[in-house]
Amino acid sequence: MLMSWIWAGITGLSILCALLTGQGNALSGAVMEGAQAGLTLAISMAGSLCLWSGVCALMEAVGITQRLSRLMKPVLGRLFPSTRQDPALARDLSANVCANLLGLGNAATPLGIRAAKRLKRGSTATDELCRLIVLNTASIQLIPASVAAVRSALGCRTPFDILPAVWLTSALSAGLGLCAAWLLGKVCRL
Amino acid sequence: MTDYLVPGILFLTAALALRRKENAYDILLGGAAEGMKLLLTIIPALILLLTAVHMLRASGAAELLSQWLSPVFSRFGIPPETAMLVLVRPISGSAALAVGAELMAQYGVDSPIGRTAAVMLGSTETTFYTISVYFGAAGIQKTRYTVPAALFADFVGFLAASWSVRLLFP
Repeated sequence: MLMSWIWAGITGLSILCALLTGQGNALSGAVMEGAQAGLTLAISMAGSLCLWSGVCALMEAVGITQRLSRLMKPVLGRLFPSTRQDPALARDLSANVCANLLGLGNAATPLGIRAAKRLKRGSTATDELCRLIVLNTASIQLIPASVAAVRSALGCRTPFDILPAVWLTSALSAGLGLCAAWLLGKVCRL
Repeated sequence: MTDYLVPGILFLTAALALRRKENAYDILLGGAAEGMKLLLTIIPALILLLTAVHMLRASGAAELLSQWLSPVFSRFGIPPETAMLVLVRPISGSAALAVGAELMAQYGVDSPIGRTAAVMLGSTETTFYTISVYFGAAGIQKTRYTVPAALFADFVGFLAASWSVRLLFP
């Protein structure tokens, strides 16, 4: 429903702005042009996106996930103390984080939801559950395949040169997001 | 050296898979098919949303928005041109992809704005969607501080994207 309101809002707002700026002609041209641009973008992304989805699946198959979960164990144990008593929860959580790292969003969500159900105590979000959500909304990705696909679709010769910036940014956003969650958890005791 | 990074990853993953007696090619095919399925599900949204983005741009609304938000964005060092991306990112993933792709096309993929848009897209998530999926599935009614904390993480992401691009691509 939200998207319907946004769609109606955008089309209405465009007409209003075009009337104010006298860009009616450009606006009617933009409608068809935009639709075509959507398809063109999707098609030119397809090659790169498929290739990297394949490579990420292969990385998971060769056991990167296990290696990463061993690396993350101390951190996850601290963030989610319940994992110390619940090995199944620990497995789901680290698999969730790994799937996110490899950009396998479709695999990450069901694992995360399973972890969320195990972390749940009643209908109020616990501190650990809030941290799980913040970790998932901050999106730490090793290979942002779809962004790289867009970049190469637009003619970029080195679509992966943004990787260090992406890693730095997601680490900062996840880290500070978790700090904020921790602070808010101290303040808000409901 | 960096020229060999991407082809190197292709070889290394395949070699590792063969050593573990995994069928590397089938796994690659399966993953590629997953990617294609994902793409097919977002194509209709991409077409509609790029239409919307083009309308906003042609009518001058996008420029008005970035002008209007420019004082706030400049204070934090975020390029005002990315205003629409920042606003739509937490709400809709495919809309953000459409807005970001348009920014990259308009200003150039290797321009500071194009790179900032790419880093923003790559390092943040569709926050509201994620929260509703998780809490919906787990049956949580009281979300407490999750929304402000997650939005704060997004805000840090937008800041860090702008700053890191300026730092790493002078």
